[in-house]
Amino acid sequence: MLLQVDGVTLRFAGNTVLDSVDFAVGEGVITSLIGPNGAGKTSLFNSVTGFYRPQQGKIEFDGNRLTKQKPHRVTQLGIARTFQNVRLFREMSVLENVMSGMHCRTHCGALSAVLRTPRQQKEERWIHEASNECLEFVGIDHFRDRLATNLPYGYQRRVEIARALATQPKLLLLDEPAAGLNSGEKDELINLIRRIRDERGTSVLLIEHDMGLVMQVSESIHVLDHGRMIANGTAEEVQNNPRVVEAYLGQEEEELEL
Amino acid sequence: MSEPNSAETRSEQTPAANGLLDHMYVFFDDVRHRYGFYALVLIVLVVMPLLTGQYITAIMTNALLYVVLCLGLNIVVGYAGLLDLGYAAFFAVGAYTVGILTQEFGMNFWLTIPCAVVTASIAGVVIGGPTLRLRSDYLAIVTLGFGEIVRFSARNLEITGGASGLAAIPSPSLFGWHIDSTLDFYYIFVLLAVVACIASHRLHNSRLGRAWLYVRHDEDAAEVMGINRVRVKLAAYVIGSIFGAMGGAFFAVNLGAISPESFSFEQSVLVLLAVVLGGMGRIPGVILGAFIVVLMPEFLRELGSLRLLIFAVLLLLIMLFRPTGIWPDRRS
Repeated sequence: MLLQVDGVTLRFAGNTVLDSVDFAVGEGVITSLIGPNGAGKTSLFNSVTGFYRPQQGKIEFDGNRLTKQKPHRVTQLGIARTFQNVRLFREMSVLENVMSGMHCRTHCGALSAVLRTPRQQKEERWIHEASNECLEFVGIDHFRDRLATNLPYGYQRRVEIARALATQPKLLLLDEPAAGLNSGEKDELINLIRRIRDERGTSVLLIEHDMGLVMQVSESIHVLDHGRMIANGTAEEVQNNPRVVEAYLGQEEEELEL
Repeated sequence: MSEPNSAETRSEQTPAANGLLDHMYVFFDDVRHRYGFYALVLIVLVVMPLLTGQYITAIMTNALLYVVLCLGLNIVVGYAGLLDLGYAAFFAVGAYTVGILTQEFGMNFWLTIPCAVVTASIAGVVIGGPTLRLRSDYLAIVTLGFGEIVRFSARNLEITGGASGLAAIPSPSLFGWHIDSTLDFYYIFVLLAVVACIASHRLHNSRLGRAWLYVRHDEDAAEVMGINRVRVKLAAYVIGSIFGAMGGAFFAVNLGAISPESFSFEQSVLVLLAVVLGGMGRIPGVILGAFIVVLMPEFLRELGSLRLLIFAVLLLLIMLFRPTGIWPDRRS
């Protein structure tokens, strides 16, 4: 298993957000994490990426213990993520945004920058090339010099994915990547997620409310409800699981879309 | 979906508001224009003291010192977005390191420069290390305190010469050239300012320079992209303090004497003022700010006692009509 979460419990001021959650993501698998609003999906993401410190449990990734690691270390170890509400560096160009992902894969410091050493020049060229490649991969390289904030929302989401890919992750966490996209854009997203796995060999874990997309793209689905993992399996198994149906009862029909 | 639309209208409004500035940006986008302009500025700087008197040369030397200090503070405030109200402390560390080592230990001036770099780096880590977790307004207060601690230490320690400071700091020589006259020091400061500009520019367009911008724009997103924000901010502090210390080192040998009052809170404020006035994060703007802060009071000298009042009013007017500085970064 690439990512292994064992008995993770997270509490905020007496509220148990995650209740001894067990969970795993296999290498080269597209996995989805679903559940009603407030189930603790994003909290689980934040625990994995080092933003939250779970009180109990163990998180292991690719042979490294992630518990108590700082977020930038987690990225360095090979987990990249996007945010539920797009968080680009708004006043910087699209290319510069993607270049930020290369930071943890490069090393040149202040002195080599001031002296413009050959090694630093070579590294800068590599940063540009690799970032451009990521932009081409998500299909928005023609926007590279535009300010991120001036791009339509759907493209901003893709800049975020390109930026995450630039960190050269083994596992990519996508937090509601389809939110706010129209149906054409959703189809492109499904295609992109598959290409990320097939062409780059990056495993993908996504949180998503759009059940159509989840059922189409996921090879493994985990269902979280009130901080507890209540089911896991293939799309079919999960859809027919009575506990999953029960968890979604009381929700509006559109949001269910099972 | 309304978000990108509103952003687009905003960016369309700016050219109309800054017609002249936009022409300037377009002009400087051409590499030939840019290098032509740099060459022109350099020629003017080299020829000017030969045509004017010693008084103007001395003032210009001071302006160039401010250019170095402002470029240093710009790294901390403009690039990394950390408000520093005690920048004079780093200036003092450089000046006193050179003063003490040359005068009391008889070291060669050029050998004291690396020592000044080391002491400035240590000072940068000492102030930066424990404070970088603070938000900007708290950070400002802590740095203000640090500036005062350094000044009071200089005033009360024996090695720094107490309140009267250090005098008779020997002037340096370079390959037989004894750097002594006002003109000699003027050219040394021209050289120092040019080096500071090139270093600033290269840092700005580097991996570390971009990391400063990422951290300034969105700390959490930067952290998620694998950037160690504490380390990156600390680097800004240390590099900014090295710039300040270099200014201080040459300031000490230029005057031949330093005292704690050269490094007062007012000094920190003036440097910060120049950076904000010119346009944070942009090298030409910061240079312009440095010249304005040093030269404007000189031009207003004839007004006598009203001088500082008029100066203040002018500064207020500039900030009122150009809140992001005279020559800001195009993006902000």
